Amino acid sequence: MNMQGRPTQPGEATPIRRATFTGNRALDMEESLIFESGRLDATGVDIDDPASFADRLGDHARVGEIGLPGLTEPETMRHYVRMSRNNYSIDAGLYPLGSCTMKHNPRLNEKLARLPGFADVHPLQPLSTALGALELIRGLAGALLQMTGMSAVAMTPKAGAHGELCGMMAIKAAIAARGEGATRNVVLVPDSAHGTNPATAALIGFSVRAVPAGPDGTVSAEAVRAKLGPDIAAIMLTNPNTCGLFEREIVEIAAAMHEAGAYFYCDGANFNAIVGKTRPGDLGVDAMHINLHKTFSTPHGGGGPGAGPVVLSARLAPFAPVPFIVEKDGALDLVEHAEGSSSFGRMSAFHGQMGMFVRALAFILSHGADGLRQASEDAVLAANYVRVTLSDLMSAPFGDRPCMHEALFDDQWLKETGLTTLDFAKAMIDEGYHPMTVYFPLVVHGAMLIEPTESESKASLDLFLMTLRDLALSALRGEKERFVTAPSLAPRRRLDETRAARQPVLRWTRPAAG
Amino acid sequence: MRYLPLDGADRRQMLARVGVPDIDALFADIPADKRLSGLIDMPLRASEIAVERELGAMAAKNVAAGSTPFFLGAGAYRHHVPATVDHLIQRSEFLTSYTPYQPEIAQGTLQVLFEFQTQVALLTGMEVANSSMYDGSTACGEAMLMAHRLTRRKKAVLSGGLHPQYADVAATLANMSGDTIARLALDPRADEDIIAEIDDSTSCVIAQNPDFFGNLRDLRPIAAAAHSKGALLIAVFTEAVSLGAIRSPGEMGADIVVGEGQSIGNSLNFGGPYVGLFACHTRFVRQMPGRLAGETVDAEGRRGFVLTLSTREQHIRREKATSNICTNSGLCALAFSIHMTLLGERGLRQLAKVNHANAVDLADKLAAVPGVEVLNAHFFNEFTIRTPRPAAELVEALVKQGIIAGLPVSRLAPGAGLDDLLVVAATEINAPEDRAAYAAALAKYLGGSR
Amino acid sequence: MRFTKDHEYVSFENGLATIGISDYAQSQLGDVVFVELPPLGVKFAKGDAAAVVESVKAASDVYCPVAGEVVAVNEAVTKEPSLINEDSQGRGWLFKAKLADPSELDAMMDEAVYSEFLKTIA
Repeated sequence: MNMQGRPTQPGEATPIRRATFTGNRALDMEESLIFESGRLDATGVDIDDPASFADRLGDHARVGEIGLPGLTEPETMRHYVRMSRNNYSIDAGLYPLGSCTMKHNPRLNEKLARLPGFADVHPLQPLSTALGALELIRGLAGALLQMTGMSAVAMTPKAGAHGELCGMMAIKAAIAARGEGATRNVVLVPDSAHGTNPATAALIGFSVRAVPAGPDGTVSAEAVRAKLGPDIAAIMLTNPNTCGLFEREIVEIAAAMHEAGAYFYCDGANFNAIVGKTRPGDLGVDAMHINLHKTFSTPHGGGGPGAGPVVLSARLAPFAPVPFIVEKDGALDLVEHAEGSSSFGRMSAFHGQMGMFVRALAFILSHGADGLRQASEDAVLAANYVRVTLSDLMSAPFGDRPCMHEALFDDQWLKETGLTTLDFAKAMIDEGYHPMTVYFPLVVHGAMLIEPTESESKASLDLFLMTLRDLALSALRGEKERFVTAPSLAPRRRLDETRAARQPVLRWTRPAAG
Repeated sequence: MRYLPLDGADRRQMLARVGVPDIDALFADIPADKRLSGLIDMPLRASEIAVERELGAMAAKNVAAGSTPFFLGAGAYRHHVPATVDHLIQRSEFLTSYTPYQPEIAQGTLQVLFEFQTQVALLTGMEVANSSMYDGSTACGEAMLMAHRLTRRKKAVLSGGLHPQYADVAATLANMSGDTIARLALDPRADEDIIAEIDDSTSCVIAQNPDFFGNLRDLRPIAAAAHSKGALLIAVFTEAVSLGAIRSPGEMGADIVVGEGQSIGNSLNFGGPYVGLFACHTRFVRQMPGRLAGETVDAEGRRGFVLTLSTREQHIRREKATSNICTNSGLCALAFSIHMTLLGERGLRQLAKVNHANAVDLADKLAAVPGVEVLNAHFFNEFTIRTPRPAAELVEALVKQGIIAGLPVSRLAPGAGLDDLLVVAATEINAPEDRAAYAAALAKYLGGSR
Repeated sequence: MRFTKDHEYVSFENGLATIGISDYAQSQLGDVVFVELPPLGVKFAKGDAAAVVESVKAASDVYCPVAGEVVAVNEAVTKEPSLINEDSQGRGWLFKAKLADPSELDAMMDEAVYSEFLKTIA
């Protein structure tokens, strides 16, 4: 992705808007850092000094200034409200981010997650005081098992990538239990996979071998069979894949893996396309992580927290990490220690992302079986609507094949214009849209991956598509200026990422005195 | 269905534009015998009223920490979160925004992360911090892997003062990646000889302060010993408020500092989501996992922020990444940062003082109960008592009187022979009458008949 | 100067090989922000990963095109990574090696063949 030729150096771009004294532009406001506006002795919390007492800190007391500025409550409110207004959000507009499933975050979920009986419970309280929490986790686990047709679910991974780690650790443990740990140490990963897949495999000592995708972006059972051997531990496949296509030969691939004594890890990032339409367990999957912050609407929060429970086949269930919930004589209990079982160990302290579990279960119960299936159908319909509406202007790498929940384009159609995928994306910002996913998957040149989700009204989709058509036609007409100077209306123009990487400034530092 | 805007007419129009007769035509790639013909076996859609009733009933079965005398810590702490914090994190632009990969329209998030990174660096006494990890325990595991990369060694030494679940996480990771762990026995009296375990094959020493039992440890000798053997010191904390009162790990020579930030701005949430804090020396920054926000300028010369040094991360390096991490704990980091801003230096120090004062008061009251020994000479807001009866039974008995008395060590370390130890925490939320009630109940339980 | 399909070059003079990435490679990477050079004295087999050149959005492994021992590294590029963008085949060299078998160079593309090769992948 070549940034050269675009204004990113300071002074390269002509300011588009009239300068003001404050730097504000009416409601579009600048905000300084707390280290510039705060004071060491200011505070927005009233804490009464304790009655005098003899401390027990020994000589461990902290001496000297820490350097943390404070603000009173009104100043704090202004500071964060003003900063927030420089953010795009789902509540404000469509995020066509392929692979991210930026659906609406229901507010009922926020309300229920904040019930004191969920939010104000310590993970290590005596279980008799937290049985409702176990019931909730169990309820969500049961729903996930119904949707996936699998045997067990590890609820504790804290994010999708953490879930991948969990699934691959379970596979590694299963292989070791068979005595093949020394020999089965290669994982097959298609070139189109998300970067977390090979990173996860490598983290736990597997080497990664590529499996090629066919001309239509999917992986054939034949291509997989060609790579199989006694050193293969597993394959990691995303389904639907990162190009938005259902892996048609997935059942044969799973069978081939199992026949060869290996396992099938499924990256469930795109589960939103198939909930209620098919079950990964029926397709032969051994482990699949589910991103609760994608398929099940838990909020992205500017980058996290996520949650990545992992559904497991019967073959892998014995190796699930602790803790897990068991039921005995109608009562729920928590198994917290791996000793005496085949569990591969523990992935994090405590019991998982309870706050996200409440939100996800509220989402699932609200939709119900019929709503969940309708959501998947609407997501797939919306993506195909996008695909056909743009197909006369924008090139698709795999022709006019129907997609699942996301539509993929490449930059072939931009070739004569001298514009890049990035230029196109930045121009969308000026129109009030967050760009789609760009340059992913890597197997497609200048990829543009659009996932509208089921949360968009037809009016919203139509306006989005008309806007993209307008932009595309403008690009094809050679109106370069609009693109190479974009974004020109956002709180910031293009930022100098080269400088940020060459001379990293990762924190505020008090300027030297004098 | 209230979350699905498309209606029948919309769908028909869209299907017509797509050029298929029905929606199932778009699912034709699913093998025919694997398509679900009916609905999943689950209840049908439900109204807000119904969902609220169902989940509300579950919530009502739990005892909320704020509703009763509460003295449990052991890695997660019940503090007061100011009303402003929860209000601000629910703003649409913070709650429903994505990772700031398009920085021009994510300056809100990026500036918050830059401030957060600075606050964490200052708090821990280190040069640089990342924009958060999932939690303290996974941050600890990642720090261990980072130390292995930096030293090109594979053996970590774990103090017996480390939270047992943190140690379990590190052990699981080590086992999976073929590394070694030397795990010292649980050390309630802080008298282990960890320095004797450090040798030329050690990549890092992982030590916690305040430790799992509440002891305050001087990490300086450990740092010196580690450095003399070419190893790194990873300092861990689980109670972030402690850094308002005790010497920072940076000042004591830590190379990497990891900890749990939940205490500041975040509710207990039955264990998650929490926020992992991760800080280190600037010279190690390219080996540091997780996201980093950095300062730069835009094309008009205005200051702005971007995610930077991304080439360490999975989406670029793939199998050569420093980690496989894709998410941070964004909203929880925001909550931490807002609360820290509201506190400021003065507020944090005062908050820490109140915590310590309450813990001292409680320790004195409990020590006065016949048969009870407080193990720690020095502590912050958490300490360990030894009682003549098994701590687990004691806790169950006191629950019946509405008192959450603390963590029996046997729950996290069943075979360690420490069944008589209870880890007790006191924070600013405990009223004097709570502490008095605890001491009285304990005295009654221990003095009473079996 | 000889080139590989992975866009490394070797220039050989007085028994010493100078290795770096081609001008085409730097233009594909974009602004270089960081370079990781091999330690002195390490011996590479042909095709071993020897260095890493990072831009903002990509990290590229540099493979050693011929077997040899590293005898010098270009500190200048670690201080000023932009040298690689400005002059990758000159001042932006990465490391120098004593070759195990200089005849390995004969099998590599010369400048003319490499230029033709670039046309095929454009």
